[in-house]
Parts: sequence; C-alpha cells; structure tokens
Amino acid sequence: MSERTEEYYVPEGSPWPLVASVGLFLIAVGGTNFIQQSTAFGETLGNEGNWGHWVLAAGAVWMIVTLFYWWRDTIRESLGGLHSDQMDISYRQGMLWFIFSEVMFFAAFFGALFYVRWLVVPWLGGAGSNAMTHELLWPSFQAMWPLTETPSGETTQAMGAWGLPALNTAILLVSSITLTIAHHALLENDRKRLIIFQGITILLGLVFLFFQIEEYIHAYQDMGLTLDAGIYGSLFFMLTGFHGLHVTLGTVMLIVMFLRVLKGHFSPDNNFGWEAAAWYWHFVDVVWLFLFVVVYWL
Amino acid sequence: MTSVAATHEDHHDHHHAPTGWRRWLYSTNHKDIGTLYLWFSFAMFLVGGLMAMVIRVELMYPGMQVVAPDFFNQMTTVHGLVMIFGGVMPAFVGLANWMVPLMIGAPDMALPRMNNWSFWILPFAFAILLFSVLMSAFGPGNPPAPNFGWTFYAPLSTEYGPASTDFFVLSVHMMGISSIMGAINVIVTVFNLRAPGMTLMKMPLFVWTWLITAFLLIAVMPVLAGAVTMVLTDRHFGTAFFDAAGGGDPVLFQHIFWFFGHPEVYIMILPSFGIISSIVPTFARKPLFGYSSMVYATASIALLSFLVWAHHMFTVGMPLAGMLFFMYMTVLISVPTGVKVFNWIATMWRGAITFELPMKWALAFIILFTIGGLSGLMLAMTPLDFQYHDTYFVVAHFHYVLVPGAIFGIFAAVYYWLPKWSGVMYDKFWGEVHFWSSLVFVNLLFFPMHFVGLAGMPRRYADYALQFSDYNWWISIGGFGFGLSQLALLYVVLKCASKKGEAAPDKPWDGAEGLEWTVPSPAPFHTFEKPPLVK
Repeated sequence: MSERTEEYYVPEGSPWPLVASVGLFLIAVGGTNFIQQSTAFGETLGNEGNWGHWVLAAGAVWMIVTLFYWWRDTIRESLGGLHSDQMDISYRQGMLWFIFSEVMFFAAFFGALFYVRWLVVPWLGGAGSNAMTHELLWPSFQAMWPLTETPSGETTQAMGAWGLPALNTAILLVSSITLTIAHHALLENDRKRLIIFQGITILLGLVFLFFQIEEYIHAYQDMGLTLDAGIYGSLFFMLTGFHGLHVTLGTVMLIVMFLRVLKGHFSPDNNFGWEAAAWYWHFVDVVWLFLFVVVYWL
Repeated sequence: MTSVAATHEDHHDHHHAPTGWRRWLYSTNHKDIGTLYLWFSFAMFLVGGLMAMVIRVELMYPGMQVVAPDFFNQMTTVHGLVMIFGGVMPAFVGLANWMVPLMIGAPDMALPRMNNWSFWILPFAFAILLFSVLMSAFGPGNPPAPNFGWTFYAPLSTEYGPASTDFFVLSVHMMGISSIMGAINVIVTVFNLRAPGMTLMKMPLFVWTWLITAFLLIAVMPVLAGAVTMVLTDRHFGTAFFDAAGGGDPVLFQHIFWFFGHPEVYIMILPSFGIISSIVPTFARKPLFGYSSMVYATASIALLSFLVWAHHMFTVGMPLAGMLFFMYMTVLISVPTGVKVFNWIATMWRGAITFELPMKWALAFIILFTIGGLSGLMLAMTPLDFQYHDTYFVVAHFHYVLVPGAIFGIFAAVYYWLPKWSGVMYDKFWGEVHFWSSLVFVNLLFFPMHFVGLAGMPRRYADYALQFSDYNWWISIGGFGFGLSQLALLYVVLKCASKKGEAAPDKPWDGAEGLEWTVPSPAPFHTFEKPPLVK
C-alpha cells in the first residue's frame, strides 16, 4: 500500500514527549493526593484537601489526548511512506522489550506469591527453625494455603478454580485463537474475515472483563475475600487486578486497531501497530495461564 | 580492530538544526538529548552533593550540631536516591545517547521521540522528590521528606513512612518508566542500527557494556516498580505484603528490593567498565587485551547479578543453605570482574602510555574501583558480614565502587569525549586541578570510613561515639574538599560549552580508534545519515 524509503527516518522535533511528561506529572501528583485524601491511612498523614481526583482525572485525559496526537503523527508518517523496513524492525523490537518489562513487573508479584506460600506461611506456622517464632507471636496460627485465616485471626474463603475462572481461561484461550485467525486474515488481505474475527476477539475480551468484575463482586459480597483480608487476598487481587488492567489495556488496543482496520490502515506488509496489539494480547493470555495455575488452581 | 572506510558525508541541506527553546524541548536528536541528560545529571550530582555536605557537616564533630536527627535521615535517604537515579544513571544514559550512535555508525537513536520522552520525565520525577525536601526544610510545619534510607525497607516506609512516602513512590515509578524507555532505545539501536560490517563482536566495549546494562534495566526496573507498588498498597489499601500479622513478611520487601537492587549496582558500573575499556587502549596505544573475554565477562557479571541479591541480607535471618548459596555466587562474581581488571592491566603492559587526563581518571578508576571490589569480597563472606553489616565499612565499600568507580568513569568519559562534543580541548590546568584534588580528597573522604566501620561505627546515625571523632573530622574535610573540587569540573565544562579553548581536531587522541573519531569535532547535528562501511 505505501511506498517505503530506504533512509532511516529521524522525525523532526515533536512537542508530544514533553507534553506527555506533564501528563505523567499530573497523574503522579493527582493520584498521590487522591490516594492520601480518600483512604483511611491517608487521614493519619494530614492531607485534608479534596482535589486529588480532579488532578488525576485531568492528567488521565491529558495523557490520552497527548498519546492520540502523538500516535496520529506517527500513523501519518507511516501512511506517508516515511518509515523504512529497518524502522519497522525498531518498532517491533521495542514492543517486544516493552512486553519483557511487563513480564518482569508480573514476576515481582509472582515472586512474592511463591515466597509467601513456600516460606513465609510455613515459617509463621513454626516450620524449620521457627518453632519459637510461632510460639511467641501467634501460637494458634495454622500454616495453610490458601491462607484463609491470617495470624491475626482474620478469615476469608478461598476462590475456587473450576467455576468462573475456568470459564475465563477458556474465553481467553479462544480469544487467542480468534485473534490468530484474524492475524492470518490480515496477512492474506482478507478484510472480511479479519473484521469478523477481530470483532469476536474484542467481544471475548469484554466478556472476560465482565466475568472478572462478577467474580470480584462475589468475592467481596459473599466470600469475605477482599484486598485487606490478609496476604491471600492481597496477592489474589493484586495479581488478578493487574492482569485485568492489562486485559483492559489490551482490549483498548484491539479496539483502536479495529477502527484502524476499518479505515484501511494496514496491509500484509505494513501492520506493526496491529501486530503489537496482537502480541500484547497473547502476552496477557499467557500471564493468565500462570495465574490460573498458581493463584486459582494449585 | 575496527577499521573504517572513510565516508565523510557532507550535510544535507534539508536537515537544519532547529534553534531556540524548541531545539531542546522538542528534541529528537540524540546529541541534544544526550547533552540534556548530562546537564541534568550534573545538576543532580550537585544537589545530591549538597546533601552529602549537610551529612558531613553534622558528622564533623560528635554530638548534634546543625540538623535534627530526622532531617539527617532525610538527607542520607534523598542523597542516595538523587545520586543513583538522578546522578549516575542519567549520566550513563546521556553518554549512551551521545556515543552509541556515533560508535556504531547510526543516524540517531532508534526511537527518537521516545528518547526525548525518557529524558523529560526525569525533571518532573525529581521535582516531586525534591519538593518534599524543600517542604521539609522550609515548608509550614516542616513535613518530613522520605527518611527511611534509599532502600526504603518496610515497615519504615509502610507503617512509619511520612506522607511524602507516597510522592516518593510515584516519583520512583516515573524514574522507572524513564529508565525502561531509555534502555529499550539503547537495545534497539544496538541491535537494529549498526552500520554494515559492524558485527556484534566488533562493537566498542562501551556499546557492549551498555547493551548488557540496558538488558539489566529492563529486567529489574519493573521489579522496583512492583516493590514501590506493594509499599503503596500496604500503606493505603490494606494489603499485607510486608505485614506478618496478615501472613506477609517485612523480609519479603528486602528480597524484592534487592532482586532489583543488586543488578542495579551493576547498572551503575558496567558502562564505566566500557568507558575504561575505550580509554585505556587509546592511551596505551595498544588494542584492548582480551576483547572477547571482556564481552563474556560483562555478560557473566550481568547474569550472576540476578543470583546474589540476598548477600545484602545475611543478618536478617535466612536458612543456612541460602546464606551459603548467596555467598558462593557473590564470590564467583569476582572471577569475571578480575578478568576485566587483568585485561586493563595487560592492555597497558608494554604500551606506549601517555597520561592525558582521561587516562589519569581511568588509572585512578582501575586502582580505586579495585579497592571497592576487594572490600566487596570481604562483605560477601557471610560470617564476616555479621560484623560489617550496616557499619561505615559498607558505606566505604559502596562509595569506593560508586564514586572513584562509576563517577570517575563518567569523568573519564567527559574528558575523553568533550573535544568531540564541544569542538574545543578542555582547560588543562583546571582539569588537572579537578583530577588531583578529587583524587586526594576522595580517598581522605572514604578510606578512613573502613576503619571506623570495622571499629563499629554504624551507618545512618546523626551522632557517634567519641572514639570516632578524629577520623570523622578528617572524613568531613575530605568531603568538603571533594565537593569543592567539582566546581573545577563545572568550570572546565562551561568553558568547553562556550567554545573557549584550543580547537580540537577530529581525532584529538592519536591512539584512538572507532567511528566516533571519523566525524568532525564538534560532531555535526546529524551524523551517519548514510551508514559508513565498517571493514
């Protein structure tokens, strides 16, 4: 579709990086104040204002608008044929390394899960050389996993694997397959099949998120499983929550790419944005498989 | 070694250098962004240095002198954060921006707009962090800045952290985003933009060490983001990651933090290894001894750095097998590090050495970094560490690897490449003053810390027992002297930046090799728009 140059394209100056930094600044300052002004621990810190959420919202809007214009410029350059094949490789490698950084972010939380499950909880129960720790701190504490009763005596129920979570696993797996069909359609220039299967993928993503919200409501209302119900709740919600955020982001990416497909932006050999979104989707799928096994199942 | 087919490209007329404020704020040019990084890092170096001066003023005499203990803790905390995330790391990214494209024959960094974004996040991140210090010093009610040490151990940062902790968390998130994007840019540039013929094993060592550093950054900065996120949710959302009553563990914090923290210390030294590996062959007029072993040693250090984190935690309690594992792994790192030091010395062996300033800094680096490496070996021994842990011996150790290590490496790079950046030679007199006074004072500052540390003086206290008085007086003198010496560097750099001085030839060092010396001095706004052919 578009001709490509041989030269490596170095764009002229652009305001968006600086403007985006201002957006991040607003999000950081607004978000921090919002958290301090709206949580119980925040009250003890003496931040008595009530404006953090406005700055946070302004920062979020600012950021979305900025990224819209930034990527609009990039897309125009791409459609204008300014991107060489070499540049395409830069984008692809950049995306892969970004996904690697995301993997490491999840690794921190998975690492916390393994450490707590295999070491901390047994130690609190007196394993190894910790008999006195157990005796002196919380003698009635029973080591178990999932940790449904904390050392300080808070109780919760554990989330089973074979109801909604198993269904969600199936949904995400199927969505990866439909996305792959869409991918092949893109490479074969089969627009109709591409639109249908990418549409299905997006719907599956939305259904996944809907079920996830259902599960959270069930956990909070019926099971006593909350973010502050001890380390099991902390790990459960932080891992599935960050995963859910990534599914949300991935769905947004797929929707944007869907709109770009409708506008005819992609061709079998110029499709970085689309493939980046697809890679991201497969990444959140793989993270979910790990989550399903170690958070829900085992 | 790399030989270069001369491909002097004249400027294309359609690429004018932008002027005015847009040139800097909207930049997509690797040299301008490199310059921004370097100036930012210098500013942070001076800010962090001022905090160190406050620390040394307080510790010059026993008893409480000028600041309250809590403010002293804030100084040690923010000094560490500013120097690590604002001083050393941005300086390296600035050097990478300037030199990596020039060294591999690339027209720019691979992702120029993202490059500018990585830079411009930093001033905002540090505005947040430093604002908390300003508030603590001058604000109404003096709300404390972060005061838990740069390692922000739970529960100091969770239960007991002041309100500024949350701002610290978000500013660390921003620094992390900046570092990750900067690192992605370096990796992609190196993998994708090398000139034809510039195979991986022909790359200058600085490019190699930065490639590996970038990998470390992408691997561990997200882990740091995870750690600060857990601190934030433990503080405000009732999670129990670091709370034993909820089934978590404060020691978990230390594991996560040091899983980031130990690769981080190699992030702060590997690029300096690369700089020294560029400079020593130039002034010894011999090719680098053992090029490929240098590459493999760097990679080994990086990989091992993921397996040694708990040597920071020998005294917190862990199973014996864990202590043995982390001790052996740590000691193992001295093998590739020893290979590097050996290779630098072997490069100089029977070389026609001259002692221009970059070489002086490099030699000081090799000797003084090795002192820091050897004290590191002492600290690696689990039973010995029980004596050294959290004493000034540790402070001496990591300052030896960071100041006459990492920072002397940066100074060496500045003197080595300033002629290329500015087009004029540096002021030799003030450069010599800078070197010799830094050399003397840095040792006066940090060497006695070994002794007071071994004798039991703990770190992070605003006061000390009387028997440490004499040493501390001398340490403070060393600190003030070292701080003042840096004004000489400021003068030298400002003079070069204002183009005053003897004009520099394209290749000011007759023994230098590499693509960066094939472009004019000062390096034109755009270089290697058509890639050179490397044979």
